[in-house]
Amino acid sequence: MAERVRVVRGWEWARPERPARREVLAAVPELDQAKPPLLFVPGFGHGAWAFAEHWLGHAAGRGFPAYALSLRGHGGSEPAPGATLRSYTHDVVQAAAGLPRQTVLVGHGAGARVVAHALARYPARAAVLVAPVLGGWGTFGTALRRNPAGTLPAVFGAGLRLNRRQLFSRELPDAEARRYVSRLGRAGRRAQWQLLTGRQPEPAVGRPPVLVLGSPDDRVVPAAALTRAARRYASAPLLFPGMGHDLMLDARWREPIDAILDWLDKDPTPAHG
Amino acid sequence: MSSSTDLGRPDPDPTVAPTRDGRPVSDRGDTVCVIGAGASGLTAVKNLREAGFGVDCYERETGVGGAWNWRHDRSPVYASTHLISSRPFTQFPDFPMPDDWPDYPHHAQLLSYFERYADHFDLRQHVWFGTEVVRVESVEGDRWDVTTRSTGGYGPERTSRYAAVVLANGHNWSPKLPRYEGLEQFRGEVMHASSYKDPAQLRGKRVLVVGAGNTGCDIAVEAAQQASRCWHATRRGYWYAPKYVFGRPADQVNDTLLALRVPLRVRQWLYHWTLRLTVGDLTRFGLPRPDHRVYETHPIANSQLVYYVGHGEITPVPDIARFGDRTVELTDGREIDPELVVFATGYLPRFEFLEGKVLGDADGSGRPRLWLNAFTAGHPTLAVVGLVQPDSGIFPISHWQSVLFARLLTLRTTHPDRAAAFGRRVAAGLGERYSAKVKDSTRHWFEVGHADYLRALQRALHDLEGK
Ligand SMILES: Cc1cc2nc3c(=O)[nH]c(=O)nc-3n(C[C@H](O)[C@H](O)[C@H](O)COP(=O)(O)OP(=O)(O)OC[C@H]3O[C@@H](n4cnc5c(N)ncnc54)[C@H](O)[C@@H]3O)c2cc1C
Ligand SMILES: NC(=O)c1ccc[n+]([C@@H]2O[C@H](COP(=O)([O-])OP(=O)(O)OC[C@H]3O[C@@H](n4cnc5c(N)ncnc54)[C@H](OP(=O)(O)O)[C@@H]3O)[C@@H](O)[C@H]2O)c1
Repeated sequence: MAERVRVVRGWEWARPERPARREVLAAVPELDQAKPPLLFVPGFGHGAWAFAEHWLGHAAGRGFPAYALSLRGHGGSEPAPGATLRSYTHDVVQAAAGLPRQTVLVGHGAGARVVAHALARYPARAAVLVAPVLGGWGTFGTALRRNPAGTLPAVFGAGLRLNRRQLFSRELPDAEARRYVSRLGRAGRRAQWQLLTGRQPEPAVGRPPVLVLGSPDDRVVPAAALTRAARRYASAPLLFPGMGHDLMLDARWREPIDAILDWLDKDPTPAHG
Repeated sequence: MSSSTDLGRPDPDPTVAPTRDGRPVSDRGDTVCVIGAGASGLTAVKNLREAGFGVDCYERETGVGGAWNWRHDRSPVYASTHLISSRPFTQFPDFPMPDDWPDYPHHAQLLSYFERYADHFDLRQHVWFGTEVVRVESVEGDRWDVTTRSTGGYGPERTSRYAAVVLANGHNWSPKLPRYEGLEQFRGEVMHASSYKDPAQLRGKRVLVVGAGNTGCDIAVEAAQQASRCWHATRRGYWYAPKYVFGRPADQVNDTLLALRVPLRVRQWLYHWTLRLTVGDLTRFGLPRPDHRVYETHPIANSQLVYYVGHGEITPVPDIARFGDRTVELTDGREIDPELVVFATGYLPRFEFLEGKVLGDADGSGRPRLWLNAFTAGHPTLAVVGLVQPDSGIFPISHWQSVLFARLLTLRTTHPDRAAAFGRRVAAGLGERYSAKVKDSTRHWFEVGHADYLRALQRALHDLEGK
């Protein structure tokens, strides 16, 4: 992570990101319980729908206003074949700043990388990185080993294809798994490339507490990568053995979201700064 | 906690409590006091809270937004005001404006933006509305006694002791009114732009607008459309820059050059050349030739002024020499007969609650002498936020000033050595400028080039953090 705060951003000011219509799905509790809003950010290929299946409703049931965003080019958001990590980051920061209160950012997969960038541009109430794909060549190596046929073409600009066995445990009924996989789209090829080669996120602003969680049996993110990700934010990962990469869709989706909400209910304090 | 009338404060313990002039002083411990809940005050509250400080903010009005709440009695904003700095330069760096807003939003959008900022970060609970600060006095241990009362002078005064103070009272509300021979006997209507709110005030009248800052230019353009006659008096020639060049907001084009590190002289040349090709030679319309290079006066961003001059709806005239009974004599000897004179002659800073020398204004001119336009020598727990006039938006600057100050206050306990080094830096750098050489005028006291200024601030932040 770059260490120093950046004040001057001449290029960004001179060339503001082009806006793109965003899909945001919401589940809001009937009674406002003064809990912070959650913004779920799906990884590459996934849309807001992936959280609308279970997590949004569950979080709202526990009193958290819950929102899920489709990054541009995904789900119901505007098509954006030329999207970059910067465009995705813009989408997240815009959605977060548009919510009524200081928001908790929850990023899944490569969405966690986007959240890490967003944390440098928005003082989140807290951040949760779920099975984070923070990028770099290590990510690529793992993907190549686990799923060579789906990964290799991505290097040449094709969509990264994830298969059912990478994403879900065997507990999830086949029909459901197939249905989910058929909904997967793809990220922009520039964004995909930047995930490997792009600049690492700048330091977070506003000292948000950060929680990292995942599964040791995730076939996209190895356990070592989870530990490394958690260490960046001076903590240890919460583990959910037996689950696949898509913790929000897998058969035991309830356990990780409950762990996240329990953590938030304890009102985690800002990181040391 | 906040309400416009309730001034309840934890009552001081009478046995140990300090007093001032025989009145008790309530000790607010490590709490920081912020004066003003305009954009600058709000960002100070947010950034101090974020760094873990308790904050009491006093605001004389009953709402947030300062100048941008045009119902506030001191707001300089008029019905048609739109930003002159485009969105990316004007928004807080960590809370962007909605990306479906126009490049140059309207003042009502700005107010809603500041209200949303206050709600999003839950800032209102720290603001005492309807409460005016009347005195700020330094006490030993680098602490401050802040005396307040209800706005308008009702109710008793209360004094509280703070660990630090942020002055965010704004500098565009106290009108600068030039003196002219004969002004008292002039029978026409005279007003300062600060009380101009609505074009209906100009309708059907013969109007003289004085001054060509952005206010004067905006009002002249409205007079061109509403008044029966409009004269526009300036004491020098200016560069009238359009809001768009090459199909993009002009400041974004300018920053492309800055990002490429194009030197000032080359940028001035390119700018002159671009204006020459697009706006053309203004002396043809009877406007005086600028007596300076571009960037040497605060930039005007107005695409319409030249247009109306070209249509004969605005008559450019030189400065006023003296006023007659019903006429105004100009410096070129001409006489005109306006019914209404609008002085758009700008604003002066005012810190009436503070002894001038605290801010380094030794000669009583009203001009503070600070480093980074924010820090004064010998008072490490005092900062001014928003006392800048950038060629760009103010709010990112106010944000970073308050981040820097919060950082400094933290280091006073964790790394006193670094805080002390910062103090020496302040003393050595008083009066430093961050802009091209500017014309000598009160309006340029706080002029900064946003890139130069923010680079200097970034350096200060990095030095402070020892990185
Ligand atoms: C017509 C016009 C247009 C402008 N357009 C732009 C633009 O496009 N972009 C830009 O960046 N800037 C612009 N400005 C500059 C403008 O001053 C700033 O945008 C902004 O208002 C500065 O915010 P502030 O919080 O520093 O001051 P203010 O908005 O003036 O807020 C100061 C607050 O402090 C309160 N206060 C003052 N004294 C006391 C006291 N003794 N006790 C308690 N409370 C007190 C006031 O009530 C007020 O709420 C414009 C100015 C004018 C006049
Ligand atoms: N967003 C917007 O649309 C908008 C609108 C208005 C204002 N603003 C901002 O608000 C701030 C204040 O602007 P402003 O236009 O009110 O004031 P200003 O920039 O200070 O301009 C004052 C004008 O009056 C002239 N003047 C001052 N004293 C004079 C004197 N004694 N005799 C003759 N002329 C005199 C000045 O001339 P000299 O140049 O010779 O000193 C200048 O032309 C600026 O930062 C401005 O950018 C923004």
